[in-house]
This record gives sequence, structure tokens and C-alpha cells, in this order.
Amino acid sequence: MSLSPVDLPNSYIGRAMPRPNLARLTQGRGEYVSDLSLPRMLHVVFLRSPYAHAEIASIDSSEAAKMPGVARIVTGRELAEICSPWVGVLSHLKGLKSAPQHALAVDRARWQGEPVVAILARSRAEAEDAAERIYVDYTELPPAVDAFAAATPGAVPIHADLGDNIAFERTLDAGDVEAAAAASDHVIAQRFVFGRHTGVTLEARSIVADWNRAAQRLTVHVGSQAPHMMQNIIAKHLAIEEHQVRVLTHDVGGSFGIKVHVYAEDMAVSALAKLMGRPVKFFADRLESFVSDIHARDHVVDGRIGVTRDGRITFFEIDDITGIGPYSVYPRTSAVEANQVVNLVGGNYAVPNYRARARVVFQNKTPTSQYRAVGHPIACSVTEGLVDLAAKAIGMDPVEFRRRNLYADDAYPCTAASGIRFEGLSHHASLDKLLAMMDLPKLRADQAAARVRGVHRGIGLASFIEITNPGPAFYGVGGARISSQDGAAVKLDATGCVTVQSSITEQGQGSAAIIAQVTASAIGVPIERVRVILGDTDNTPYGGGTWASRGAGIGGEAAFQAGRALRDNLLTVAAAILQSTPEHLDIRQGVVVDAADGRARLELSELARIAYFRPDTLPRDMQTELMATRHYVPRDYAFAFTNGIQASYLEVDTETGFIRLLNHWVVEDCGQPINPLLVDEQVRGGVVQGLGAALFEQCRYDDQGQMINANMADYLVPMAGEMPDIAVGHVITPTAESAIGAKGAGEAGTAGAAACVANAVNDALSPFGVVITEIPLTPEVVLQALGRV
Amino acid sequence: MIEISLTVNGEPVSASVLPRTHLVDFLREELGLTGAHLGCEHGVCGACTVRLDGEIVRGCLVLAVQADGGSVETIEGMSDTGEIADLQQAFIDRNALQCGFCTPGMLIAAQDLLRHGGVPSREDIREHLSGNYCRCTGYHAIVDAVETTAKQREAAQ
Repeated sequence: MSLSPVDLPNSYIGRAMPRPNLARLTQGRGEYVSDLSLPRMLHVVFLRSPYAHAEIASIDSSEAAKMPGVARIVTGRELAEICSPWVGVLSHLKGLKSAPQHALAVDRARWQGEPVVAILARSRAEAEDAAERIYVDYTELPPAVDAFAAATPGAVPIHADLGDNIAFERTLDAGDVEAAAAASDHVIAQRFVFGRHTGVTLEARSIVADWNRAAQRLTVHVGSQAPHMMQNIIAKHLAIEEHQVRVLTHDVGGSFGIKVHVYAEDMAVSALAKLMGRPVKFFADRLESFVSDIHARDHVVDGRIGVTRDGRITFFEIDDITGIGPYSVYPRTSAVEANQVVNLVGGNYAVPNYRARARVVFQNKTPTSQYRAVGHPIACSVTEGLVDLAAKAIGMDPVEFRRRNLYADDAYPCTAASGIRFEGLSHHASLDKLLAMMDLPKLRADQAAARVRGVHRGIGLASFIEITNPGPAFYGVGGARISSQDGAAVKLDATGCVTVQSSITEQGQGSAAIIAQVTASAIGVPIERVRVILGDTDNTPYGGGTWASRGAGIGGEAAFQAGRALRDNLLTVAAAILQSTPEHLDIRQGVVVDAADGRARLELSELARIAYFRPDTLPRDMQTELMATRHYVPRDYAFAFTNGIQASYLEVDTETGFIRLLNHWVVEDCGQPINPLLVDEQVRGGVVQGLGAALFEQCRYDDQGQMINANMADYLVPMAGEMPDIAVGHVITPTAESAIGAKGAGEAGTAGAAACVANAVNDALSPFGVVITEIPLTPEVVLQALGRV
Repeated sequence: MIEISLTVNGEPVSASVLPRTHLVDFLREELGLTGAHLGCEHGVCGACTVRLDGEIVRGCLVLAVQADGGSVETIEGMSDTGEIADLQQAFIDRNALQCGFCTPGMLIAAQDLLRHGGVPSREDIREHLSGNYCRCTGYHAIVDAVETTAKQREAAQ
């Protein structure tokens, strides 16, 4: 087939169209795990450690056990008998260490919010009542709260067996930074501070597990992004086989990386279901979500950049430290974010000299791990912050400065200083498109006019790169049983309709929609005839799921290949029926036609009828195969990098410190978009998540390791009133690795949003001679920088 | 336990409830109306928005006993009557929902604004929806869908 998928007749690939099946969700007829109720189901509530660090001397649950509705109360020691502990390390992150973590704390609690006792009761309310009557005798221990202090030689290790609190350290030295610094006209050093935040999925984590003693089988309903990973891990730690565990995801009320991890509560619920022989449900309340969902970011980065007077960047250098809580999260670890920061800083610029260090440190706070755009917002803010400072140092316009240093659009393939490889990016085309969208001269004029009125507005840019379509380099090579390949099984039914079972999952991105679009295009059927099945380990091929912007690029390609294979099978059967050859036939809109003139020859429903019910009328040696399965993983590149650029226009009130967002623009290049409508909304949603980090969101801790704003009234998230409209444009550089050419689009918005906001704030405040490189940019931070508080 | 009688989506309902039962838990657990969602259970996120006697309320801040004698409308009822069919279609067409968990509450809050008639400004739409948290969309598409529906309704008059 010489035509590209996009050029196929009646292709749905590249078409903006609404997602199928959304009516359910608009009518309140979705089925989220939090909605699920099974016969004989028990509810579990976890009593959590009120201390950041404490010995558990004793647990007295005698009074609680007599409370109405209580079925059982289980401690960490008891649960450890049926659920083995885990250690969140990956062997390719050299030296990464962590300690065994139990489903419920055994002997010692290491963060405020760590589950300590499980209470099973008829209702959640009754379990909560009983939890108040459990008396745990804690002996408080000094918590390690500050990452710098915890990393200091001689600091008391949180896990004595590990020797110190350094979970992981990576250094990188490319080119010759010393020589580059010596050859620079200016070297600028700046510290960047990134608040700790969390995902705040609107549906909190929820899981229902049900052990059937007769079938010896565990059915787990959990809003996970990676059901096969969950299946493998639950089986492993309950010492049963994978086929004894079925994982279903149902509708998932938001995820963003929060629901790609294995949580202590997931393992506890699975084990408790096995213990009780009846369904057990956990649905986190919002307060416990804040201290038990993974947190993210929390980095302090000391950055340096060198520049020559003629506008050439000579080197980048970073020293990053991040506090990850007391355990590296299982099985994806808590070292990936810092590792990404090292990989990504400076990666959009043709600068061969780069030195980096990253330290990942244990502390007594909620564990951190991968959350939307892992590491990218940090790398982008550091890179783009330094780039703006360098431009300013030599008095060059930030647009012109970027033009001189971004990788040229014809530079590919190439390898950045950190070793990451690019197949094809479009930094300059994206910048040109952005400038056309935002009308920079007009904005500059508006900014100048506002200054005259004493109103301080600023314009900020942030170019970015984004890792998508990861192969096994992320997890598989490090020993984690997380699939990087995905599969699709495509079947023609007896009425000529198509069912696709795919191993990627849906959390609202539109996974089902794009699988339907790709499959319908590959076979040549109307999209209304395609039904997609996702999120069920019993009914989908083995695969990775949806995370790291991989669903469309990897799962979509598998569906395309499966669809093409089914098409070939169908044409073989059709050729026999029509006494033609497959080469002379095609399938268009569900009908077998003559390839040459498009004349209709055979409905697929008729083909299916013959194949399924009258095979006796087909040639004796023909066994029809109206189902085809294909799997796919990228091989040429470890990751399919995407790129883009964002811009922010905003106003800073220098009296109150409040920032008002006026406009936001994004140009991104995710390769071939399968559904531009969905891509745009991924970008917008991602941007707003980044804007939340830029302006509002922060898990605040006191010096005893207590999270002091663990509720939605005090942990601020972006609401409609504070957010701007967001203009989105595209440049399209398809990946040549796959037939459909798609790269990922889910995280690009988050990658660059905070960086361009910070640059815009500094542009607004330039008359005041201050530079702010800390997020969230709260009024307090702004006023402190201005010396007003 | 306290006896209550109310109307839910036009149907009379009588039940015994614990005094501490929230309206949203009553709807979800006793009546199986799971379209109103639990997002925060402390009145911030708006996922549990329903209508009580014509006004939008947060189902997590109202007790079931407070609805005694009242009339409750949920997303399921408002879908069946067709009252918001155009708004729902606008959400679908504009991809103004992703995970869909906020959507029932968002639709009911938006309808509360649209019922006043006219075409609200984008700023007014944003302000009116500022009590409903959506983590997925970034709100732009939601504002578009509400604005489109307002214009369609005005044109139809």
C-alpha cells in the first residue's frame, strides 16, 4: 500500500470528530469504580499515621472491633502474612536504592498519612466510626523534612539499612563546560525552586477487589492507567498466578499519572479481599487523597548558563535536588523525574557543553513519583529561565536569542548533549507559527501603553521538548514488568461490524475514539460500526496502557496494523467469493469494491455471513480468519520526542502581588494528529494543569512533616474564573517509525506552561530589577521579591 | 433513623435515613442514582451538584433530612426530561468533557446560568462555573459549549 494512512479513502485519521459514547458521561450514566457496589461488599477505611515519623509500639483495636457493622480489623503485621513487601527500584538507574514497603506500616510509620490499620465494615461510615476507637501507641521520632538537611553527610538515615538518605544520584558531563565558561562573555547563575504538588483527580482513587474462593480468582476493579501492570504485581505479591487476577478499569475520573502507580491501599484491598473471601471497596476521601496520592516535583535546581556577546549559548549546568518521601514508589520508582530533568535541560538548543548532577533524597513526606509531564516542567522552566536571563545579559530580544540557538529544523536526526536522540523536530517553524498567532508587535505596544498607566504586563516564551512513545528504555530494561508494547485484536462480527480490543486505557483522553478512528480507517468501515473494548485484562491483549503520552502512538499503531491485517484477510475471502484477486479489490465504507473504479461488489455483512454460516460454499482449502491481532513497539528510537513553544501574556498587580493571565498561546508538534479536536483539548487541559503549578498549587508542610493544607479549600487548583482562553496551533512532523506517524500529545501543555508564565512575570517586573524563579508564584512570593512584605 | 418523603426526578420517594446521611450519599447509595459524584465531600469541587426545589445545591453539604418534603432533580432526571439535551450535545460536540466526572455537576451549574436567558459573556460563564472543578479540560471548551448553547437558545426564541 503506497498511500499513507492519512490519505486512505475515507480515512478518519486526522479528522476532528466527537468521541463516541460520551452521552453516557453527560447523562450521569458512566460507571466509575467509585460507583460500584457488589453483593456482600465490605468497605475498608485506613487509619493513617498522624505523625511524619514514629515507632508503632502497640495497636489496641478491641473496642473498635465491637462497633456496629465492623467485620474485621487488620494490622500491618497480619497483612504482611498474605501480602509480601515491595521495593521500588530499577536496575538501569544505577545505584537507586529503597527499602521494603508494606501494604500497612509494620513497626514504624514514615509519613503522615501512611496507612497503619485497615478497618472493614458494612459501610464506610461505620468503618470510620470504628477507626476513631482504635488506639495506636506511637513514639514520635524526629522527621527528616528538608531535602538538603536529609542529604547532608551524617544525617540520620530514615532506613538504617540503607546507610544514608540518598536514594539516587546521577551526574553527567558532556563537552567541556569549564572551557565554555571561560570563553563566555557572561555566565549567569540562578536558583530555581519548584513547589511540591499533587494530581487532585476529581475522582479520588478507588478500588473494589473480590476473591472467589471456589474459582480461586481475584477480580479487581480499579481506575488504573496500566491494568496489566496491576495484574502482574497483585499476583506477584499475593503469590498467585497472573491468570488468577482480572483487572478492570471502567470509567476513570481523571488520572494524569496519579493512577499509574501501585499504592499500598491497592495491595491492602486485594489482600483483604482474599482474606475475607468477599468484595472489599476502598474509595479515598479527599483529605486522605492529599496525603496518600503521589506528590510530584519539589525540586531545587541551581542552574548556570554561559553566553557570548553575539548571542550564542556556550553551556548549561544544573545541580538538582529533590525530596521524594520515605520510599521510592513501586514499580516506576521516584527517581525518574530527576533523571528526566538531567536528560532534558538544554535539549532544545544546539549546545554541546552540559554538566548536570541530580540527587534524589529520602524524607518523611508523602512519596513522590511520576505525574503528568514528568520532569519536563522543571527542565523547561530552568532552561527557558536561564535562556531569558542570558538574553537579557547581552541585551538581545528573547525571540531573536532563541532563533540563534534552537536546533535548526534541518538538523535532524541529531543527538543532544545529554545523549537524547531526536528523529525530527520543528522548533523554528513552531516559533514562526507562534509569533503569527500572538502578534507580538501589537502585544509589545499594548505592554508599553499599559506601563504608562502604571499597569505592569509581561510577555514570556517557553520552547520545550517532550518525551512520548517510550519503548522499553523507561522501565522494561530496568527490570520492571511494565509492558512497552501494546496490542490490538480486531474482529468482524456476523453483521459486518467491528470490535477492537486494545491494551491501552481510557481516562478521558479519547483513547477509545482514536482507536476507533484508526481501526475504521485501516479496514475501510464506517466508524459507527466500530466498537472499542479497553481496560479489562481478560478481554484485551497484553500491553502497557495509557501513560507517558504513548496511547495514540503505540496503541494506535497496533490497532492500525491489526486493522490492515484484518483487511487483508477479508480481501482474501472476498476474492474467493467474487472470483477476483485481493489486489483488484478494496474495502470502502464497509463494502468490498473494485479497486479500480469503486464499484460495489460485496457488503462485509454478506462476507461475514458466508464465512461464519456457509463456509461450505468457500474453497475447500480456505479457512477464513475474520479476526486479526497485532502488537507494536517502537524500535528505532527510545522515545519519540515532540516539541513546541508556548507564550503567556499577563498582568502583575505590584500592590497585591496577584497575577492575572490575559492570554496563552501554544504551538505543538505531536506528529500526525489522529483527532485534532482531542489533541487541542489535551493541550489546553495540560496547560491549565501547568498554570495551576505556576500560580497556585503547593503541598505545604510544617517543620514536623505535617501537610498543613491537605484539603481543597486550602490547596488551590485552577478554577474557570482564573483561567484564560488558550489558543492552540500545530506544526506536523510525523514520526517515520510507524505507519500512522503519531507521537504523543497529552503532556506537552503541562511541560511549558509554568516556564512561560514565570518568564512573563519577570518581563512584567523588569522595571523593578527583580527576578523570580520560584513557583507557585503566589502573591506572597511576588511581594517578597518586590520587597513589599 | 428518620422518615423522609420527597420527590426525586418527579417520583415520590419515602425512606428511613440516618440523620447524618448526606443528600448525595442518599441519592447514590439508597436510590442508585450515581450521576452525582463525590469529589471532595467538603463543598468545594461541585461534582455533587443537584437541584433542590429548583436551586442548585451541593449534595455533600445538604443532609438527606433537609430534603424532606422537597423536590430533588439529578442529572439522570434532567437527561430523561430532555431539559438539557442541547447543552449535553454541545458538550459532546466541543469535547468539553474528558474523564466526565465533573460533567453532571458542570452541566447542572451551567443550566442554572442558562435558565436566566440571554447570552452571558465568557467572563460571566467562567464566573458562574467557578465553583465546579474540572481537572481535565482547562475550562476553555466548557465555556465554548455553554456559550454555543446560549446562542442557540436565544436564536430559537
